[in-house]
Amino acid sequence: MSTGETRSRPSRPAARRPKDRAPEERPLVITGISGNLGRLLARRLHTRFPIIGIDQRPFEGRPKDIMHYAIDARRRKAEDIFRHYRVRALIHLGLLHRPTRFGNLHRDFNVEGTVKLLEYCAKHGVPKVVLLSSAYAYGARPDNSNFLTEEAPLRGGEDYPEERALIEWDIYAQNFLWRHPDIECVILRPVHVVGPHVRNAPSNYLRLSHPPVLLGFDPMVQLLHEDDLIQAVLLSLEPGARGVFNIVGPGEAPLSSILAELGRQPVPIPHFLARPLLSRLWKLGVVNFPPGELPHLRYQCMVDGRRAREALGFRPQRSLRDTIRSLLEPTA
Amino acid sequence: MFEPIVEKIKTALERISDPAVLEKIRRLPNRVNEFGVDPFGFNPEFVKYTVPFVCALYRHYFRVRTVGIQNIPDGRVLLIANHSGQLPFDGMMIIAACFLERDPPRMVRSMVESWVPSLPVVSWFFPRNGQIVGTRENCRILLEREEAILAFPEGVRGINKLYSQRYQLQEFGLGFMRLALESGAPIVPVAVVGAEEQTIAVANFRAGARLLGFPNLPIPLSMPLLGPLSLLPAPSKYTIYFGKPMSFSGDPDDEDAVLEEKVKQVKGTIQRMLRDGLKARKHVYW
Repeated sequence: MSTGETRSRPSRPAARRPKDRAPEERPLVITGISGNLGRLLARRLHTRFPIIGIDQRPFEGRPKDIMHYAIDARRRKAEDIFRHYRVRALIHLGLLHRPTRFGNLHRDFNVEGTVKLLEYCAKHGVPKVVLLSSAYAYGARPDNSNFLTEEAPLRGGEDYPEERALIEWDIYAQNFLWRHPDIECVILRPVHVVGPHVRNAPSNYLRLSHPPVLLGFDPMVQLLHEDDLIQAVLLSLEPGARGVFNIVGPGEAPLSSILAELGRQPVPIPHFLARPLLSRLWKLGVVNFPPGELPHLRYQCMVDGRRAREALGFRPQRSLRDTIRSLLEPTA
Repeated sequence: MFEPIVEKIKTALERISDPAVLEKIRRLPNRVNEFGVDPFGFNPEFVKYTVPFVCALYRHYFRVRTVGIQNIPDGRVLLIANHSGQLPFDGMMIIAACFLERDPPRMVRSMVESWVPSLPVVSWFFPRNGQIVGTRENCRILLEREEAILAFPEGVRGINKLYSQRYQLQEFGLGFMRLALESGAPIVPVAVVGAEEQTIAVANFRAGARLLGFPNLPIPLSMPLLGPLSLLPAPSKYTIYFGKPMSFSGDPDDEDAVLEEKVKQVKGTIQRMLRDGLKARKHVYW
């Protein structure tokens, strides 16, 4: 499982600390570091902070100065990291955001893993926690306001129970935020993240040459470039940042315009056929598109990014066209 | 799949459009992004395909006459109107009036019911033409963007009323007054004379409505003859009166009783405008 210098158990922390940094410099812990977003974030941050990664998966192409523990956050060993190092901040990306076909694993991993990690943070005095949720939590619904604020109820799981794990997780994170006023907890709810490194459900969908669309529906969609998400995470690490924030990209466009910009040939399907068809194919493992995504092809789920703009100073750097076209770049 | 047909329809529609109307579309104040839409999905380019139909209804079917169109100020404003006629042609005609008759033209946003986005085609057709789901959040953002909003405080109580109740304003909701107080937007009272006769609804089939999940199921007089087609409007002549803007001040979160007083003033003004309009009218159809 472990590759190269990847270690399975923490030991002698001081000896591993890179020499060119002051010993009092406190490390960042990133969970899910071996994922596409985790690796990207680690590469952007490792020159500025010492980084410790937690992820069961091997970290391919790991920079030498990043420590990696190939363990499950639910295991006792993970606590040792928080005990040994004076952790500056936890960036929790280690989430299975989209459902898998193996329902319960998903829930256990997300919620129990997070409960444990947050417990370690509270116990060992980690001053900052950044949690990556998603604007999916609000759910795509016909009666949505066009721009949902952070106070809007999280209704993503109402019609699709398999989506509930994310909601449950987000609510647990909010709970932690209010229970620990001494810890600067930041919950980010970005809109669909796309980019050459990201391989999530929306970006996989937009990479299809013949993406299915629902006949007679063309919702407005917000996209966020992966680099802009990284920037939002960086801003969340600033002292004083605390709370729940929607992270919105450079604007919104109809799904049809996005597909046209990418040169895709959409295949329209009547909406009443789409759900039974997709559910069947998903269960059989033929498609990699969970049925819970369907409402996003039918209704809008757009959010208001005002709070992040005002409190974090977040401004997306990529234009909407660039963000969309990033899906045409070869995947890294 | 449908692209060649769609393209043909589009060019045909552009050809029959009045050049003056196309010029008006260009003059609409709008802030669109590189994909030609504003944040709510309004696409001014798309309006030119809708305008020929609306124009025909406005000029030749309902033969709309407007009074006091210049009472609509620039900047944020709430248009508050009486609602009637079973199908919302009154809303369409008010929007058309503000676009066709006012100088400079204004794109009025009307608030649609929250189930509209679940209907195929309509779900994107309405937003591209500037119509959006009427949530308080949406109205607040639109007014901040200095847009004009059309609201019918009677809601379904108004549009589904029976012929015997014509020109009797039903109970007004308070939401529009809270919005006006919160945003400081003036209210322009609007009276539509003519729409209340377009469909002669004689009964409300309550059991049927419950069965279908509709708020009401009005039965038009011509239902036995025409079936569902009887809901289509008769060509009554419309006159739309725009009153002087009314400004209110106070706490938007005040008690309902305080807001009701203010709402009563607006309702009274509209009722008065309707009465005067009916007195001035010579005939329902011309």
